[in-house]
Amino acid sequence: MTSRLAYIAFNTFREAVRDRVLYNLIFFALLMAASSILVGQISINVERQVVINLGLTAISLFGLAIAIFLGIGLVAKEIDKKTLYTLLSRPVRRWEFIVGKFAGLSLTLLVNTALMAVGVFAALFYVMRAFSLQDTYVLVAIYFIVLQFVIVTAVALFFSSFSSPILSGVFALAIFLIGTFAEDLRAFAQMAHAPARWLAVGLAYLVPNFAALNVITPVAHGEPVAGGLVLANTVYALLYSVVAVSAAVIIFEYRDLK
Amino acid sequence: MTAIEILNLQKSYTFGFWRKHQKVALHPLNLCIEAGEIFGYLGPNGAGKTTTLRLLMGIIFPSGGSARILGHDMQDPRVKARIGFLPEQPYFYDHLTASELLHYYAQLSGVPAGDRKPRVTAMLKRVGLAEASGVQLRKFSKGMLQRVGIAQAILHDPEVVFLDEPMSGLDPIGRREVRDLIQGLKDEGKTVLFSTHILSDAEDLCDRVAVLHKGTLRATGTILELTAGTGGRVEIHWQGTGAEAAIAALGAECRASGETRRATLAEDRLEAALDALRRCHVRLISVVPVRITLEDYFMQQMAAPDRGAASVEGAR
Repeated sequence: MTSRLAYIAFNTFREAVRDRVLYNLIFFALLMAASSILVGQISINVERQVVINLGLTAISLFGLAIAIFLGIGLVAKEIDKKTLYTLLSRPVRRWEFIVGKFAGLSLTLLVNTALMAVGVFAALFYVMRAFSLQDTYVLVAIYFIVLQFVIVTAVALFFSSFSSPILSGVFALAIFLIGTFAEDLRAFAQMAHAPARWLAVGLAYLVPNFAALNVITPVAHGEPVAGGLVLANTVYALLYSVVAVSAAVIIFEYRDLK
Repeated sequence: MTAIEILNLQKSYTFGFWRKHQKVALHPLNLCIEAGEIFGYLGPNGAGKTTTLRLLMGIIFPSGGSARILGHDMQDPRVKARIGFLPEQPYFYDHLTASELLHYYAQLSGVPAGDRKPRVTAMLKRVGLAEASGVQLRKFSKGMLQRVGIAQAILHDPEVVFLDEPMSGLDPIGRREVRDLIQGLKDEGKTVLFSTHILSDAEDLCDRVAVLHKGTLRATGTILELTAGTGGRVEIHWQGTGAEAAIAALGAECRASGETRRATLAEDRLEAALDALRRCHVRLISVVPVRITLEDYFMQQMAAPDRGAASVEGAR
């Protein structure tokens, strides 16, 4: 079982690595990180903040694009191109396929983020000529970005298990945008009256809270991230992803693949 | 020993906004395929052939009935390691090379690690793709993809092989090679179920065939059994002239070739025709019942009115 899952995950990783679109996205992300050097040099006394802000935002945006772009096609593409037929006629269970696909794309995003993070740290070193203790906080911010990617991948996979790639992309992006403003949604819920209040509260808890996973600004200002938040975000991201992937598995288990 | 046993397997789809409309893709199907035989699954496009194979592979779920493959329920994952499947118009991961693809499928099929490389190499050679083993599949022609498809279906040495339109997209040489390959599988003792609407392929290869039309099984049997019916007509062949008018008067069409004549007529007019030949003192050469071709039989079945799901008698 474990080995089949690993084979599917590795094939998904290999497919993503050989996808030319991926290289374009990585190129632009690195370009954006490099441009932060230029912007940093014309910013007086805030070079570090500018480099970190721009660099991490680039990682976040382009990683998100990869997660949604590849995530929505994970299942739909296999059905559409019928590559799934030869997979399911082997001793591969449907849940192994879904979990393997999820693991493969998560691995892809992890490797991409690591590469882009190297670019950001190189830009930071070029501008500051040295690393400081505060720079280790950037690693925490990058870790949170990876957690965001894992959640977005799980959500995209969930939608991909029952709808078309375009709809899945729209849904996943909508969830990301709402989740980014989850804190504002909660604030709105406090002010609103029922039933808008119930709706806002329900929605705020239903969508992933990406706001809590975004620590780019404090980290850019050299503020440390509390250990409790790291633990809470890790548990939250894992639980949310497990629920989303499980829902995808349940839907996929009973789906006719026409 | 029975390799595939299909019991009342059926599939229908609902459609429309409220899912109130229903389309039956496969009426209750009963079929037994013996181990070691090549079984042809014949029918025009839309007959339900692919639906049956997808049901057996667990790609779609039945609306009713069940099937057993090698004694196990078709949903049992254990049986999947013992079967191979070539889908219709196969398409594979085009970022992989032929060798990588087969290696991946060997991994998923549980082929031991040490056996994978030699088996992939041998399989690529067997389907004539040894030269293209390192080429990405996106650069493959349709015929090459079909060969890769066949290779992946038999890579793990399955006992039962399901092939959906295996000759599709192949040139005459390729078709011949696939025919030889299927025959080779039978010689190795494997059971082959293949769907096709190319009747000559079925005639060349199959021990038995089933004819499917509009989701209903019309008949099963050997080609000889299905084409044994004379259709009530006989062909007489004689030498000499003078009898043509008398034979034509019996409703026969006469054809001349040198000094010999041939006529095809209804079987119940045979005695009258023989009397006419005797009266004209010509030399009778032969009287042969007219055996219909598989194509004739197939066309008869297609033209016959729908007999519904109950007409599955004869499914051994």
